[in-house]
Amino acid sequence: MTSTTDGGHGDTATRRDFLYIATGALGAVGTAAAIWPFVDQMNPSADVLALSSTEVDISAIAEGSSITVVWRGKPVFVRHRTAEEIETANAVELDGLPDPQTDEERVQKPEWLVMVGICTHLGCIPLGDQGEYNGWYCPCHGSHYDTSGRIRKGPAPLNLEIPPYEFLSDDVIKIG
Amino acid sequence: MSLQINNRFLRWFEHRLPIISLLDHSVGTSYPSPKNLSYWWNFGSLAGIVLVVQIVTGIVLAMHYTAHVDYAFDSVEHIMRDVNYGWLMRYMHANGASMFFIVVYIHIFRGLYFGSYKSPREVLWWLGIIILLIMMATAFMGYVLPWGQMSFWGATVITNLFSAVPVFGESIVNWLWGGFSVDNPTLNRFYSLHYLLPFVLVGVVILHIWALHEHKSNNPLGIDIKGPQDTIPFHPYYTAKDLFGLGVFLIFFSVILFFMPNSLGEVDNYIPANPLVTPAHIVPEWYFLPFYAILRSITFDLWFIDAKLLGVIAMFASILILFVLPWLDTSRVRSARFRPVYKQVFWLLFIDVIILGIVGAKAPSEPVFSALRSFQYVDLGQIGTAYYFIHFIVLMPLIGWFEKPKPLPKSISEPVLEGAGE
Ligand code: HEM
Ligand code: FES
Repeated sequence: MTSTTDGGHGDTATRRDFLYIATGALGAVGTAAAIWPFVDQMNPSADVLALSSTEVDISAIAEGSSITVVWRGKPVFVRHRTAEEIETANAVELDGLPDPQTDEERVQKPEWLVMVGICTHLGCIPLGDQGEYNGWYCPCHGSHYDTSGRIRKGPAPLNLEIPPYEFLSDDVIKIG
Repeated sequence: MSLQINNRFLRWFEHRLPIISLLDHSVGTSYPSPKNLSYWWNFGSLAGIVLVVQIVTGIVLAMHYTAHVDYAFDSVEHIMRDVNYGWLMRYMHANGASMFFIVVYIHIFRGLYFGSYKSPREVLWWLGIIILLIMMATAFMGYVLPWGQMSFWGATVITNLFSAVPVFGESIVNWLWGGFSVDNPTLNRFYSLHYLLPFVLVGVVILHIWALHEHKSNNPLGIDIKGPQDTIPFHPYYTAKDLFGLGVFLIFFSVILFFMPNSLGEVDNYIPANPLVTPAHIVPEWYFLPFYAILRSITFDLWFIDAKLLGVIAMFASILILFVLPWLDTSRVRSARFRPVYKQVFWLLFIDVIILGIVGAKAPSEPVFSALRSFQYVDLGQIGTAYYFIHFIVLMPLIGWFEKPKPLPKSISEPVLEGAGE
């Protein structure tokens, strides 16, 4: 005897099965489409995205000192490196680094190091001219960065991030 | 005992909406409770009362608070200095959060000691852990609202935990922030959720109590109710006992509130948030310290998981493991009174959590003893974290298996009646 729920066609798939699956699938897609705006509204809004580039005059930064500028609400370090700092950064063996990168890959002009000043561990702001590698030191959980901003010791997994930037002239850079 | 309604209007009303009998069955004469509940059973009702205090003071604060990065800090100072009794409302709310955690932590350790998580109360226990998680989220977001230095940097560090998620980490964090750092959109959404979650909490608390009433309270002996001779009606016995406990609690709360209202907080939060300067020492509120210690104690990679992600996993796991505790504990006996070995490790766990709390408040590289400089707080934290997980994953299953429990009384009333016969 065949059951009545499958439309009387035995064990094979029926039109009713098809309708169930099609309705269910359409319902799921529709629900997902309805939920998406509620999720996406939390993403950065148009005005926040619009603020995403900053121009900086770097002519006044003396060798061996740095300034902090704000880009997208985050601090960006712009450091005028000394010859000695550049040399130490270049002399480092890449093998032992947690996040291997040459100094060259991290700068456009060796005397200018431009980095997002946010520790890649949990987001604190590292202090300059400090730490065991004379670069930056993050006091929150003890991460040490070298003169190229590479992570050398501590819980942070990655080197300090290099933001997109370009030299508009010798004296002005545009970050973002 | 069943309820007699004498008033005609109430009888009329009850016929249309049986709310009086609902209350009577929940906290009245028709709710039979074990007759041997001790004062450790006061903390559930206290938690409920503190939740109400938080909601009432919170709604009042919301009338004067402004959720905007330029005004939030000043509006809280305005509450403190200008609003009539504003200082009282804010201190009640800020210290109320601490009271809430004290009460709930005692409530949880009570459950651990007397085996209240065991069959048939597993779902009740789960709902309790969900309450703890929602409470933590609420308190975390509330702490961001005054927009002081700790608010800002606490929010930064904790939201950054999600950046440890592989591949999607950064997108998740930007989504949480509504930008590229903790900023005005973050403050606004935290305010919205901080207002919402306590009411979600009320809903989960109702489910928690529903599950409780299905099998009634556990009790210090940890044995089942065998019949009416083992119970007394909730009202007037436990209403009176709960009220007395409430009195004691309010004295304690008042001492903190009126004489040391800032003792549990962090002074740096009276400095307005500055996104360009991280305070030298970031510490969460005291109730998060043990979990923060677990997070920071993971300084090593394991297989393909890096230390940062592993720390986050360990921290969440330290709470989530409670969900499976009813099955990790293999002993049939509930109460630690009859479990000589478990009783010892219960106290070891308690001490371990206190130690983790101390570790969470210290700088990781600080030496624990001045005489032994190589032994730092991060090392102590690693030992504490290891022990925490060993307790649940290794000791709980093993002890249930080899421990020989003491003989259980035949019923709740048996030891009482024996005593009365002397
Ligand atoms: C589970 C219940 C709640 C907990 C644990 C909690 C916790 C907190 C905490 C820890 C703070 C920071 C206090 C400070 O340091 O100043 C806070 C602030 C605040 N909360 Fe709540 N809260 C709860 C419920 C509510 C509710 C229901 C509302 C609104 C209806 C609310 C509104 C506020 C407001 C406006 C502030 C900012 C003012 C201030 O910082 O004092 N809270 N909350
Ligand atoms: S945030 Fe820098 S070490 Fe943790």
